[in-house]
Amino acid sequence: MTDTALPDALAEIREEFLALEQRDRLQLLLEFSQELPPLPERYADHPDLLERVVECQSPVFLFVEVDDDRIVHVFVTAPKEAPTTRGFASILVQGLAGLTVDEVLAVPQDYPLEIGLTEAVSPLRIRGMMALLGRIQRQVAEKSAEA
Amino acid sequence: MAIETDPSSEFTAFAHPERLVSTEWLADHLGQPGLVVVESDEDVLLYETGHIEGAVKIDWHTDLNDPVTRDYLDGAGFAKLVGSKGIARDTTVVIYGDKNNWWAAYALWVFTLFGHEDVRLLDGGRAKWEAEGRPYTTDVPTPTAVDYPVVERDDTTYRAFKEQVLEHLGNPLIDVRSPEEYSGERTHMPAYPEEGALRGGHIPTAKSVPWARAVAENGSFKSRPELEAIYLGEAGLTPGDDVIAYCRIGERSSHTWFVLTHLLGFEGVRNYDGSWTEWGSAVRVPIVKGTEPGTL
Repeated sequence: MTDTALPDALAEIREEFLALEQRDRLQLLLEFSQELPPLPERYADHPDLLERVVECQSPVFLFVEVDDDRIVHVFVTAPKEAPTTRGFASILVQGLAGLTVDEVLAVPQDYPLEIGLTEAVSPLRIRGMMALLGRIQRQVAEKSAEA
Repeated sequence: MAIETDPSSEFTAFAHPERLVSTEWLADHLGQPGLVVVESDEDVLLYETGHIEGAVKIDWHTDLNDPVTRDYLDGAGFAKLVGSKGIARDTTVVIYGDKNNWWAAYALWVFTLFGHEDVRLLDGGRAKWEAEGRPYTTDVPTPTAVDYPVVERDDTTYRAFKEQVLEHLGNPLIDVRSPEEYSGERTHMPAYPEEGALRGGHIPTAKSVPWARAVAENGSFKSRPELEAIYLGEAGLTPGDDVIAYCRIGERSSHTWFVLTHLLGFEGVRNYDGSWTEWGSAVRVPIVKGTEPGTL
């Protein structure tokens, strides 16, 4: 993974995690989980528009918008009983905010493995975050092709 | 046992009522010397969002599994782990968690492999505790470490490996996964192949009883007659049977292991923790697809 390919916000999040001891990394992930914004009303009323992330054991749904300026907007919802998944989603929502289609598609797929959480959270759980990123990128590719 | 058992009438019909405590019993006994409450969840952060006062956390991935070999921690590792949580060999351990005690049952089964005598489940787990409006705290206890003896794990009585499942064929097997996993259907999303196993289906003759069928609406276990209707009636088990239960990695089947062993009194139940991630990728083991158990 080359740092030049990583958008600033994602790089900062990675540095934040890596600077901490294992135990504190969980606490930071918990803080991220509390920052996941609620779905905008247009999706809250239309669960049919959302894609289920079946790799996550909790009911996690996401939706991606690509606007006229080819800027990506990511929306994810996960129940409060799934704080780890909410934390993963929040990292991606914050880290991808304001990026263009090309920038989102260039994010390395193994980013979730690089933020120092595999030991604190376990590799199996990190897979859920990789699936989330993969699905976001697939929706971005599909929707930017339509536009 | 170190602490008196829960005399609740709803447990008396079970084969081993001493393996369950009610939320009320736990609330009344919190802080009692000789009792350690353990939370074990699917979600590694759920404990941090709030837990029962004084409860310690044991995580199935990061605490109970060996980080390198696909196995559980060894006797020295278990002694170090539980000793650091303030658990001695004669401590009464009550485990609870999310998802109908799915992971709590898994932790209980691992405690059993090490022969920890007095280990119980909180009936209903987090869901029932919350539904009753009982409190949580985010204060993390700092237990004083105690000595726990190094006990060799018993991998023969309650645990089965693939070779033993092959020898067992012809005797009762319970597949506790979802009907879709049992039949071998797959939901192939574009660019997202099914992870975990190379083949879909189930072990020949295994009966399908999804694990959560043992759980009532409020998250507690169903009554003994209801459980017997499912496991003896529908699945055709007979008291005295040697049974092997399996799922994908052995966690959901720990829950069924608990039901068969402690609630219905089967003595020869083993959990095949290699489960489908091993069987579904192993070379030349028999597999049946579809909704019928199939034949050997």
